[in-house]
Amino acid sequence: MVKKQIIKDNSYVYGFHKKESSVFKTPLGINNSIVEAISHHKSEPAWMTKIRTDAYKIFKNYELPKWGPDLSGIDFSGIHYYNSPTNQKFKNWLDVPKDIKDTYEKIGVPQAEKKFLAGVGAQYDSEVVYHNLKNEWEKLGVIFVDTDTALRKYPELFREYFGTLIPTADNKFSALNTAVWSGGSFLYVPKNVKVEIPLQAYFRINANAMGQFERTLIIAEEGSYVHYIEGCSAPIYTGDSLHSAVVEVIVKKGARVRYTTVQNWSNNVYNLVTKRMLISEEGVGEWVDGNLGSKINMKYPSLILAGKGARGELLSLAYAGKGQHQDAGGKAIHLAPYTTSTITSKSVSVGGGRSSYRGMVRIASGAKGAKSFVRCDALLLDELSRSDTYPVNIVHEQDVTLGHEASVSKIGEQQLFYLMSRGLSETQATSLIVNGFIEPIVKELPLEYAVELNRLINLSMENAIA
Amino acid sequence: MKSLIIDNLYAQTLDGKEILKGVSLTIKQNEIHAIMGPNGGGKSTLAQVIMGNSGFKITKGKIFLNKINITKLAPNKRALLGLFLGFQYPVEVPGVNFANFLRMAANEKKSKSDKSSPIAFRNLISDASRKLAFSHDITKRFLNEGFSGGEKKKAEVLQLALLKPDFAILDEPDSGLDVDALKYISKTITTLNFPVGLLLITHYQRILQFIKPDFVHILIDGKIVKSGNYLLAKQIEKSGYETLTNG
Repeated sequence: MVKKQIIKDNSYVYGFHKKESSVFKTPLGINNSIVEAISHHKSEPAWMTKIRTDAYKIFKNYELPKWGPDLSGIDFSGIHYYNSPTNQKFKNWLDVPKDIKDTYEKIGVPQAEKKFLAGVGAQYDSEVVYHNLKNEWEKLGVIFVDTDTALRKYPELFREYFGTLIPTADNKFSALNTAVWSGGSFLYVPKNVKVEIPLQAYFRINANAMGQFERTLIIAEEGSYVHYIEGCSAPIYTGDSLHSAVVEVIVKKGARVRYTTVQNWSNNVYNLVTKRMLISEEGVGEWVDGNLGSKINMKYPSLILAGKGARGELLSLAYAGKGQHQDAGGKAIHLAPYTTSTITSKSVSVGGGRSSYRGMVRIASGAKGAKSFVRCDALLLDELSRSDTYPVNIVHEQDVTLGHEASVSKIGEQQLFYLMSRGLSETQATSLIVNGFIEPIVKELPLEYAVELNRLINLSMENAIA
Repeated sequence: MKSLIIDNLYAQTLDGKEILKGVSLTIKQNEIHAIMGPNGGGKSTLAQVIMGNSGFKITKGKIFLNKINITKLAPNKRALLGLFLGFQYPVEVPGVNFANFLRMAANEKKSKSDKSSPIAFRNLISDASRKLAFSHDITKRFLNEGFSGGEKKKAEVLQLALLKPDFAILDEPDSGLDVDALKYISKTITTLNFPVGLLLITHYQRILQFIKPDFVHILIDGKIVKSGNYLLAKQIEKSGYETLTNG
């Protein structure tokens, strides 16, 4: 499993890797002393070490989920749970070690930072190596640091919110993350501060057989606004890697948070992520969840609508190519009156890929006037591919509106003929139809990602049809 | 001389229903041919088969475009050789921007140095769509999605104007149009700025007042039963198709 071998695949441009650099790396596998060693290496307070070792016990005792994709292929003893590529964190790209800096330049992170971002974090294996927030936002009291730094510099804030939405024992992978977490973003937006341009974090796995366990915590105070974007990629190795993050987002009264993810992990990464957002009165929470990469992806961002009039929206996009299983979807939990949620899911399966929509809408007793609408559309490009839908609706209140629409379609012969009659090849026509199908979600992505997605789909159409 | 030649064409649906039973037709550049006929006579099938719809099977006969045998070519190859079909029922393609799609199609035919930039092409579309009196900015809309019946027909003619084929088949470009819209599309068709041979499929003589055909053919039960000039259309309008089938 740890044998290194690079596979050439031109359709995945992020498949390159750099020579491994480590200043501290745990041996393969996980046990109590490895968990303690990570905490010790980070010079954490005793209470954090205890949270970690307690979490490890829970992880060890929990079985793999019995629903969803088959995770029996994960070899928990064949993974490095921590690798720190450098001892330092940098605020200036010029200071970042060359191999690491080159990686991010190839991905385009520093370029994007200059053009359209208010701040950037860059995580390489287990540690955030670069973090910067533009001055104007720092002056307004915005905190945007890696989560380890937050634990050191803002322990009160950290303790107040850490693990409040996703307790350690929530599931096997939240327990694992809590035991070995490292890096991730900590974002605090003070009352009424509106961060008008997005912040971005980029997660990169470089080492082989690596586990990446970032922990992200976002707190948006009353009346504030922020858009946080995360991107992910990894080299292509024959051995599997594991990415298991925990993301907690707290949206206070009247605040609005948009959280955009474009995960483009290589096809040897298990991506098993727990994400939740708690939305207070009149607050707005939005997930834009793009799932393009990974081998098996399980991710169901949740909207907990806890205050009167809170609104939540989830846009979920899944693209399952050869050897991929995208098990994506989301949850909307209505706990208060006049809360609204919209879930829109689009999936494309091609080349034997499988995509599943797994979603839940729960309306609690007392959530009068709650409204929820779920729409999931699946596009199947060939006979080998597969699409499933697993929706669950639980309603404990009379006065609610709940809608669900689902469709599964194939590329229409008439659409193909129409486009080809104008001189477009079958590949071009298919790409157009697929890109058109996902357009409602792609238009919500930052331009750079939208362009990349378009390129990716065109490439896979070429491979699929040829 | 450029030409589109249909030579003794027989075609059936995939489940074996014979629809075209020996159609022959020669269209030369700058000629306008009209095909008329009752419902179910095979007019639309003829259009679809000439363009290469794989939902039909040619059992006999050949199609030549500029002397090239296109009988077995894929639809996009036919288009690149200079053929165009204006659909009776244009297909909606959600999420695909009209202008981007049309530029992509127009650029397919052009050499690398000749390709239109997005801005230049948008201007071309805007000019052409003004001629057709589109009420909305078509460059911002998705391909045929949410178009009214009239807008769909106009959009087909707009595509014809920008793709500049040698031969165009227009399948009922007039159905569902009000008089004003009919005038706009007729004007665009008759003032195309490139040489084109037209095969116009219609039920009504009305459009032929605006686009005067050189030849009129009557297609009944998969066969051309009569050919003539413009006067034949007038005669049909007056006395119907039955006189032709009976006599």
